[in-house]
Amino acid sequence: MSADKTIIGVTIAVVLLACANFFIADWIRQIGLLSMAIGSVALGLLVLWRTGLISFGHALFYGFSAYGVALLNYLGVRDAFVLVIVSAAASGLLAWGLGFLVRRYRAIFFALLTMAFSMILYGVLAKTERFGSTDGLNVHPPTFLGYAPVDQAAQITLFLFGLLVIYGLILGVQIYLRSVLGQMTTAVRENEIRVEYLGYSVEHVIHIKYVISGLLAGFGGAIMALAVGQVDPESMAYWTASGEFVFVAILAGTGNVAAPFIGAVAFEVIRHFAWEHGANLWQLIMGGTLLAIIMFVPDGIWSVLQRLVGKKDGVK
Amino acid sequence: MTTILEVNGLEKRFGGVVAAQNIGVTVSAGETIGIIGANGAGKTTFVNMVTGHLPPSAGTVKFLGTNIVGLPPRRITELGLCRSFQVPQVFLSESVFDNVLMAYGIAEESGFSMLRPLRNKERDARVRKHLASYQIAEHEETAASALSQGIRKLLDIAMATVRKPQLLMLDEPTSGISVEEKFDLMDIIMAALREEQTTVMFIEHDMEIVQRHVARVLAFSQGEIICDAPTAKAMVDPKVVEFVLGQEYHVGIRSDA
Repeated sequence: MSADKTIIGVTIAVVLLACANFFIADWIRQIGLLSMAIGSVALGLLVLWRTGLISFGHALFYGFSAYGVALLNYLGVRDAFVLVIVSAAASGLLAWGLGFLVRRYRAIFFALLTMAFSMILYGVLAKTERFGSTDGLNVHPPTFLGYAPVDQAAQITLFLFGLLVIYGLILGVQIYLRSVLGQMTTAVRENEIRVEYLGYSVEHVIHIKYVISGLLAGFGGAIMALAVGQVDPESMAYWTASGEFVFVAILAGTGNVAAPFIGAVAFEVIRHFAWEHGANLWQLIMGGTLLAIIMFVPDGIWSVLQRLVGKKDGVK
Repeated sequence: MTTILEVNGLEKRFGGVVAAQNIGVTVSAGETIGIIGANGAGKTTFVNMVTGHLPPSAGTVKFLGTNIVGLPPRRITELGLCRSFQVPQVFLSESVFDNVLMAYGIAEESGFSMLRPLRNKERDARVRKHLASYQIAEHEETAASALSQGIRKLLDIAMATVRKPQLLMLDEPTSGISVEEKFDLMDIIMAALREEQTTVMFIEHDMEIVQRHVARVLAFSQGEIICDAPTAKAMVDPKVVEFVLGQEYHVGIRSDA
């Protein structure tokens, strides 16, 4: 079955990356970690996008979770597992609460409602001294079930930890997307009336997707907080961050659960080299890339990979 | 025979306009009922109120002993009252197979079991069998958007019947279908429903189809039921002749007889 191919492929990739982790340069490992974080959020957008819903405000859940990690630090929590799971769960809970409102809207209102909340979060974070205002907060290097690595070992361990988390997320999302609930994508997008008259609540379907999406963005934010060792409102909760996630989602395409991570790697690599050649070049390249993607490969990098491998229908 | 549907004093007002009033009807298990009436007589309004598509202004609808007024469509569907639409409500970009597969998925899973895979061999087999009984199996791979109107109607009705409803309401199953096609279409639908012993009510304008398939007729005019009688009796009822059939039709029947 094609879906199992995805799981096999992802498993092989994760194992290879885990091995490579011990040999690669530090800056490549850092790009890998950032890609994991961004990719998780883009995976969250994929879950919504397949149903024709887009969110321009996922920095809300991303930032909420990232600050969750920083604040848990202040409470003395250092363990990476606890930090990431609790913070992401908090984001999922936030999505659940907001979902009662958001699920009633579609299209542009759905897209912007989350953004409205993210702007509120940004305002609160930037104005509150306890949260470090615009400077943000530092995040301590985490421990891993009692193991407290330092220097390079810390980064290597964090990379392994990130891979483990991502692997779990991909498996979970893949199982969800194959389920009756997860398959309600085109159905909800095309005919809500029929879905209701088949016996299921469209709002419920959307609410669940929203929570899963918020949870995934939460995992992304928590990984990012650990990877960069600090959180700040500008890069974590401002609406430009949300824009970047949408950019990555478009770059990646929605064809496969692995696509957002491939898209995220491409995004981080482009950003890395663009920065080296001048500060304003970055926006120029980003705009040009977006333009090229929309005009020539609207189904994203994944569709290009599919074509290269020569599978027209590919893995779903 | 057990009563499955009991409608009393059903009424719908849009501002000052009365779309339906004083609607009362009792349906027993196993009946086939035709709903007739001129355009704007309140037929679709009646079906919409019973199936939860439109909230009534007054009155009660009891289905299997439960008052279903105010329940959302999905609850009514779950109870076993399903419907099709005048304009087929299907998932246009998906194949016929996937449309019915989704219908099965939703009908067969609930709560956390909704997280089970949509596809499995057994469910695929049930979908194929269902497609076969509506004679649309050959279109399995075709996207719903590429179907002819008649096949799309069959798909809509096939999706409405995967739950094996206690009562099925069809809103003009033959509208928009050519004269040559619609008799075959109705034969297919009614044969499939007989197989499942589904109680059915459908809105129909063609009196030949009504006479061929239903034992009882509800005639609507200006938002009210003007006649509720066995088909043969209803066809000669003076009110039905005046407000629904028209004098010419009446003469036509006599000359046939």
